[in-house]
Parts: sequence; structure tokens; C-alpha cells
Amino acid sequence: MLEAAKLSVGFGGAPVIDNLCLTAEQGRILAILGPNGSGKSTLLKALSRTLKPAAGAVYLDGKNIRSFSAKSLACQLAILLQSPRAPGDLTVRDLVEYGRFPHQHWWRGDLEEDGRLVEWSLAQTRMADMADRLVATLSGGEQQRAWIAMALAQNPRVLLLDEPTTFLDVCHQLEILDLIVRLNRENGITVIMVLHDINHAARYADTVAVLLQGKVFAAGRPADVINAHMLRTVFRVEADIWLDGAGKPVCLARGLAAGE
Amino acid sequence: MANNSAPPAGGLIAGMARPAWRMFIFACCGAVALAGITLSLAKGAMNIPVSDIAAVILGQTADAKGQVIWNIRLPRTLVGALVGLNLALAGAILQAVMKNPLADPHIIGISSGAGLAGVAVLILFPHLEYLITPVAFLGAMAAAVLIYIMAWKGGIRPIRIILAGVAVSAFLGAGISALLVFYSDRVHGALMWMVGGLSARSWPHLYIILPYSALGALLALVGAARLNVLNLGDDVARGLGLDVEATRLTMTAVAALLAASAVSVAGLLGFVGLVVPHAARLLIGSDYRFLLPAAALLGAGVVTLSDTLARTMFAPVELPVGIIMAFVGAPFFLYLLRREP
Repeated sequence: MLEAAKLSVGFGGAPVIDNLCLTAEQGRILAILGPNGSGKSTLLKALSRTLKPAAGAVYLDGKNIRSFSAKSLACQLAILLQSPRAPGDLTVRDLVEYGRFPHQHWWRGDLEEDGRLVEWSLAQTRMADMADRLVATLSGGEQQRAWIAMALAQNPRVLLLDEPTTFLDVCHQLEILDLIVRLNRENGITVIMVLHDINHAARYADTVAVLLQGKVFAAGRPADVINAHMLRTVFRVEADIWLDGAGKPVCLARGLAAGE
Repeated sequence: MANNSAPPAGGLIAGMARPAWRMFIFACCGAVALAGITLSLAKGAMNIPVSDIAAVILGQTADAKGQVIWNIRLPRTLVGALVGLNLALAGAILQAVMKNPLADPHIIGISSGAGLAGVAVLILFPHLEYLITPVAFLGAMAAAVLIYIMAWKGGIRPIRIILAGVAVSAFLGAGISALLVFYSDRVHGALMWMVGGLSARSWPHLYIILPYSALGALLALVGAARLNVLNLGDDVARGLGLDVEATRLTMTAVAALLAASAVSVAGLLGFVGLVVPHAARLLIGSDYRFLLPAAALLGAGVVTLSDTLARTMFAPVELPVGIIMAFVGAPFFLYLLRREP
């Protein structure tokens, strides 16, 4: 369970994350939604300790993440940021092997365990056939899978993803989301991901949290959170919403909400 | 490379497996180092055949040739090789730490920091000459930290590091010049430093640089895995549990140690730390576990070869090796600058 308690993050001026409380349940998928500039990426970085909070704290199973050493935290929690860039001559296998870095000390670790997890990560992401190709030569969807494989090699209990489907066509978007769901269901990895597409969040997440100006506007099951009022207030659009066969909300924006 | 599979870095020989390619490159770099050392021992006012060199080193002769090799050429060659090794390693480390392909101890101003500190010791406290390397290290470290602070503005941008380095370099260079002007009666030893050369370097200089080379090279190799992770970008590196700031600081200190000890014995020798790591990177790729040893060997080879050239080209006039390095290195720097996006 990952929990943000009265978390504030700022870069000098007005706080980007403002006294925010949020809980991600163990073994579930939490999607974070919000308009541009609402602090989604900042929140994700604070949850992974990439950014230091100005106030408040993040707890992993009740323990402040600042009390972990950097490496021991990275053994439990992996983060995949938006469009990371790999050095030009890096192969997929090289990249995935870096995922074992937090488990290694000096320059040797448990080589057998490292090898096993690298192969497992490649297999899970269906990158085994491409392991010897250069990351830079892969398509967008394949690159994203390679980076997910690196995060998996960390063998984390919690996986944070920042807009994992951005820049991908619809087929590869669904491929990545299906992969994430499979990792969650089969391996019990807690997933927290920032998404742009509200329907993806509704469809794939167990819980949705909507951010507005650094605070949680609403959080809960998709059917409870995604409604006309939220879309009008947070995203300032008028939308038609209905439930699909599985009881998940589907929304279609009709136009901008009137006035301020 | 039709299938885009992992090429040997540089892709010079398609189809060669990567480990085999790396071994091949190591062998080539080793050959360059060996050739540099051998030529440096063989060539000069008296040309000595390789077979005689072997005999001398194995202790089988003690004639005039033996004297030349033992007292003059061998220590100078070894000093040159270690200077090249140190500067190449320092450059390779700085390029990762500062996220900057143009980083080099000379350009960045670290060498000037070491130089100013060293010249100050030589001129103001000549009786403390044995402290020159530790003091030069402090000077180098101070310059590195100063540049880093000056270039920091919500993150590090390659071009700002270069500009800050140029500014710091000019400032420290002015300090060196001022010292030389005010104490013009004592400049002789200090002047040697300004160009960078290996003239008259002998056993004592070898003993000065050797322990720092050994320690620095060891620390660099231990840090190779961290430099690799740092190369993925700061945020990714943090996500993998790397303490980015601490790694930057310690690896900068290692680079400063290597550069300062090189400056202590050979003065301000530029461009080795720029050209050699780039050449090594083109050949063997950016994995620091392989790049560092390759750059070290290549650095030793390049400096010993350049010094041999500098000694023999206009014999009996001897050029400082720094001039040769600058003639090769400065155009290369401009080439890299133009390649920057």
C-alpha cells in the first residue's frame, strides 16, 4: 500500500501539489487523471521520491519512503517516466539489466537471480526476440515495452507509470495497457499510472483519482468518479456518459463547458 | 546491418558478436599503448633497436644505451603513459558526470584549478614541493565545484558548463599569469607547466603520479556501473536507486584526482581527455565498464606517441607534447561543437 499524507510539493512559487492525501491499495490499479498542469507528473515523482516534498510524506506499507535507502526503495518501487531516452548504442538486454542495479552491490550481485529476472522481464513484455536490438531503433510501442521490462527487472511490488501510452497509436496503447493489467493480475504488482485518456482509466483501473490544481478533486471507483459534474468542473467539457456492458463508464466529450 | 541487431559500437565490422568485438578493440588499444611505449623507448637522439631495449630492461646490459633507457627514456615514457591514462579517464568520467560530450579536464577548467594551486606552491612555498599533488587536487576540486555551481540553474545544460568552464579557466589562468609576473625571478619551474610537457621527467615524477593513477583508475572502474546508470538520465537513475548528487560529487572528485596528478607532473596538457574518450567511445560504445579501460590504454598510447613525435620531429629542438596535442585536439573540439544539436 502506497499512501501520500498531506503531501505538498513546490518549486519555489505556488505549490504544485497542495496538501494532498491519496491511497493506492495493495495489488490494485490506480489511475491518476487531471488536466494539464494539475500536478500529475509531479505527484508521481514525489511518490517515487524523485522529488522531495515540501511538506507531508509518502508511506510504503506504513513506512516513510525517506527512511528507506535509495537502493532498497528501488527494489520495491519502480517508476517509468515520460519518454526517457536511452544512449544510442544500448540494446534492450543492456537496458533491462540496468533494472537489476538496485539489487547489486559494488559491481557484483546474485548473477543467477539477475539473469533469471532479466529473462523473466523480457518474456513478460514479449521482448525476448528483440533483446539484442538497439533500443533507439525500436518503434514507440516496443521502446515502451523495453522500459517496462527494465522496471520489471527491479522486481518491484509497486509500479509507477507516467502516461505510458502517450505517443502510441491506439493498437499499441491497448497493448501496453493489457500488459500492465496482466502484470497486475498475475504478479500482484500495485500499479499507479497517470493517464490522459479518461476511458482508458475507466476501463483498466480499479480506482481513479482526479487531480485539480494539486489537490484530489475526487477518488474512487471509476463509475463513482467519472460523471458529468467532474468533467465539467475539472476538464471544463460537456460530455455524454453511459455504462458499457461491464458497468464501466464511457464518456464522449461534446464540447467545451459554457463560461467560467 | 539489415536486421538492426546490436552492432559492434560503430558498426565497423558487421556480423561480429559484441563480446568478440570488444576483445578486438581492447587488443587494438593495448597494441597502440604498447607501440607508443616501445617507440618512445626506441626513438630519439640515439636510436635503439627493440631487441636491445628488451635486453636493457631485463638487466642484461649496462652500457650507454642502458644508461639512456634507464635514466632518461623509461621514466619519461612511463610518466607519459600514466599522464595519458589519467587524463583519458578523467575526461571520460567528466563527460558522464557533466552530461557533456565536450567535457575535458582542460576545457572545463579543472586543470587550471590544479595549475594555479600547483604554481602557487612552486612559487610561494618552494620548500613544500612534495605537497604539490594534494594541493593541486584541492585546486582542481575547487574549480570543479565552482563550475558546477555557476552552471547550475534548475538543472545542468551542456553549453552552460562549457561557458562556465571557459570563464573559470580564464579567471584561474589570470591568477597563474599574475603569479608569474609578480615573482618573475622564480618562474623557471613554473613556466614549464603552462604548455604541458614531459621534458626532463624522470623517476621522482613517476613516483609522484603512480599512486594517484593506481587509486584513481581503481575508483573509476568501481564507479563504472554507476556512470552507466547516470547515463540513462538523472530521473531514471534516481528511479533505479542511484544517489545522483553523491555519485556526481564522488566521481568528479575521482576525475579531479586523476587530472590533478597528471597536471602535477606534466603541466596543463590539453585535449587528451577530450579526444581519447571520444575515440574509445566510437570504437567500443558507451558502456563504461568497457569504455574506461579502453580509454586508459588509448590515452597511454596517444601521449607516448605524441611525445615521441614532439621529441623527434624537429630534433635536436624538442617541442612540448602539449603543442602536438593542441594541434590535433583543437580541430577535433570544433568538430564536436558543430555536431552538438
